[in-house]
Amino acid sequence: MKQSLFTILENRALTKDVFKMMLSGDTSDIRATGQFVNIRLTGKFLRRPISVCDWDEKTLTLIYKVVGEGTEQMKNMQPGEQLDILTGLGNGYDLSKSGEKPLLLGGGVGVPPLYALCKALIRKGAAPTVILGFNTRDEIFYEDEFRALGAKVLVTTVDGSHGIKGFVTDGMKDADYSFFYTCGPEPMLRAIGKAAKTRGQYSFEERMGCGFGACMGCSCKTLTGNKRICKEGPVMESEEIIW
Amino acid sequence: MNTKVNLCGIQLDNPVIPASGTFGFGYEFAEIYDINVLGTFSFKGTTLAPRFGNPTPRIAECTAGMINAVGLQNPGVEKVIAEELPKLKKCFHKPVMANVSGFSVEEYVETCRLLDQEDQVGWLEVNVSCPNVHGGGMSFGTSPAAAAEVTAAVKKVTTKPVIIKLSPNVTDIVSIAKACEDAGADGISLINTLLGMRIDMKRRKPIIANTMGGFSGPAIFPVAVRMVYQVSGAVKIPVIGMGGVSSAKDVIEMMMAGATAVQVGAMNLVNPFACKEIIEQLPVEMAKLGIENLSDIKRV
Repeated sequence: MKQSLFTILENRALTKDVFKMMLSGDTSDIRATGQFVNIRLTGKFLRRPISVCDWDEKTLTLIYKVVGEGTEQMKNMQPGEQLDILTGLGNGYDLSKSGEKPLLLGGGVGVPPLYALCKALIRKGAAPTVILGFNTRDEIFYEDEFRALGAKVLVTTVDGSHGIKGFVTDGMKDADYSFFYTCGPEPMLRAIGKAAKTRGQYSFEERMGCGFGACMGCSCKTLTGNKRICKEGPVMESEEIIW
Repeated sequence: MNTKVNLCGIQLDNPVIPASGTFGFGYEFAEIYDINVLGTFSFKGTTLAPRFGNPTPRIAECTAGMINAVGLQNPGVEKVIAEELPKLKKCFHKPVMANVSGFSVEEYVETCRLLDQEDQVGWLEVNVSCPNVHGGGMSFGTSPAAAAEVTAAVKKVTTKPVIIKLSPNVTDIVSIAKACEDAGADGISLINTLLGMRIDMKRRKPIIANTMGGFSGPAIFPVAVRMVYQVSGAVKIPVIGMGGVSSAKDVIEMMMAGATAVQVGAMNLVNPFACKEIIEQLPVEMAKLGIENLSDIKRV
């Protein structure tokens, strides 16, 4: 974990309520895809945990959905403004388990952490298939960005306005895969748990106090013992989850 | 300038103590700074049996604070002694404050007896603001007689200073503090969190799964100062002040209210360096106020 000040380089809308923020700062403690950062906002007491979409030596990319007062405040921030951010939080995805044909399943605002994961998997020589699930055409983001990485991309929409009509699980029916990685709302994770033909890793969400393992605010029970979503998670193995 | 204070016969390099439940068993913080700069810290509330605690969500945001309803999640006293304390020994070389909770007098007694035998433990901080299964649904900390009963029973089986941690959710905290003093307590710490609640207006449901939880953070500081002032004026034993402390100034103000030492809670969760920064800032604030020795501060 590292605490440092980041400077906003860019903050723009991808859809009506999903925003992309690029920042410059010390990213040296971000060690794995699927980790998250915790952002302090003026006038708010608790930090806001946001998953890392992508990073390099100098920049950090976050994609967030406006869901409450904190993210509303983030949306209105301008390039040049600074944010106090804790980086390097959580365990992240384990690339070594992917096999040759990993399947990445993202639902809505669960899509962002899969971007850096997809990039890393391609870099190590795997051939990922990505299924992105949204409610409707207007909510879709990052379809082209995943394609540009060289992944096979399928999009599902609940209303059928783009791609396959239905949920990500409808997209995975005919897929041939060696392992899966997913992030999204809990009902989606549950459905994947039932539909999956292989083992996989799931990223979970919970209201957090500290985000670094001190307060026990985000604990959950697993078959391998009690875990803190922020410390031993947010990524969990399919074989340890109690649905 | 001298920041040393004496807490129940043990000298602290400074009066700053991370509060139980906000500092785990220290390792998360030891990864980012040398926690030996602390006066001491109060470790995660420990019970006789392991506890998972309450369902989630356990946390809610508030103006200048937060609500938690963790529910005393801890691995149980046996594991704390067998696993947590040896790990802690590697990164913390001062006496630690053992925070204990229970659901019956017998549980408090047994947990305290076991922790009292550990060399690393300097003080026992007995949290009497849990539901009282033993006494028929009332909290030990809300009745002078029940608080005194726990105090006396724990004192019988321990050799180390026993500090009773009081709940502010009572009509007369002074009478409870005095009952603990009369029963043999070596110190009083206060205040635990204030009972609070937030509602998710879209879902029309409480945010916290357990409906209510403990409200802490800077918002409660004035309430804490008032209660520390009232209690320290009524008892002769040392008082540890806590509740919304977030700066070196707050530490000094708490000592002017009559506290011998000061705990920092919720702030650790927001700024993991909070206690380190407060300790570094203390001499600066002392100089501004013309304070040479922190231990010279008198209750106003």
